[in-house]
Amino acid sequence: MQSRARAIAALLEQLTNQPVIICNGFPSREAYKIADRPTHFYMIGSMGMAAAIGLGVALNKPGKKVVVLDGDGNVLMGMGTLATVGALKPKNFVHVVLDNEVYGSTGNQPTISDVVRLEQVAKAAGYAHVERVIEREDIVYEFKEMLKKDGPSMLLIKVTEQAEDAGRVMIEPPDMTERFKKAIE
Amino acid sequence: MIDSDVFVQALQDVGFDFFTGVPDSILGGIIETLMERRLYTPAVREDEAVAMAAGAYMAGRVPAVLMQNSGLGTSLNAIISLNVIYRQPCLLLISWRGFQGKDAPEHLVMGANMTQTLDAVRIPHRTISEQALADDLRWTAQAFMKERVPVALLLKKGIVKGLHP
Repeated sequence: MQSRARAIAALLEQLTNQPVIICNGFPSREAYKIADRPTHFYMIGSMGMAAAIGLGVALNKPGKKVVVLDGDGNVLMGMGTLATVGALKPKNFVHVVLDNEVYGSTGNQPTISDVVRLEQVAKAAGYAHVERVIEREDIVYEFKEMLKKDGPSMLLIKVTEQAEDAGRVMIEPPDMTERFKKAIE
Repeated sequence: MIDSDVFVQALQDVGFDFFTGVPDSILGGIIETLMERRLYTPAVREDEAVAMAAGAYMAGRVPAVLMQNSGLGTSLNAIISLNVIYRQPCLLLISWRGFQGKDAPEHLVMGANMTQTLDAVRIPHRTISEQALADDLRWTAQAFMKERVPVALLLKKGIVKGLHP
């Protein structure tokens, strides 16, 4: 198993100008440190809403594959959105869950994703493809497939609890909205 | 009473082109019209709906979210830690359950405190009147463009025709 930052780096290497919504907490900080792009939207609050934001983009930009980088705590908090995605079936929606089984930003308290298989919840909700992976080569292979295939898809990646020494995202929230809006026009 | 067709057309005429939300009986006629026009994307919770609206706004749409005022409580964190701070405007079309204490018990506390709740988080709001709908919508569009935050229009029972008049 590898760190979340290594998994994020492997994912971002496969992307060019696709819209990417990144959930609040360490995932946003790490992605910002690894590779900042104007097509990245970093959340700082509204936990649980990453997939819903991504869905709003995906429904209105059907020609672009929209990627959501989510966490297990976030998915559990906004689990209803798995049902909304499964029902609406946007073909251009790729939902990546970086699953470390803890709330990392608040002191590694356990979530319940060690028991609840989130990719199976997504499958039951109607996602077209779901995969659960651990190794880097599997991450890259499955992610590339999901970028090609019609979705909605979920790639659940088991990662360690390790967090990078990554500072806050240094973009003012209103500037980020404008930057992202323009970048995905 | 305003016909729901007229009401929806008025919203479209000021630019709204993406509608999501969670139903309420007061909003029933409006949602039916939106569905007939294939403009409505149903959400399962009101916080999900405002987050979808944020995404839709960044994808170039002019979004509106329909909800009962109980959903204002559910969605408040998303509204203030996403839509407000990121300056992602949307219309919040909120039905006013519990108005003047005439409703089921679960609606009375929010019904009596909704405008104070909106004031406390600095969401501009107006209550729709049948006589001044055009003016209410002009105000909404202006606040939307100028403030770039969610703007609330409050809808009492009996202003827009429901499913069962």
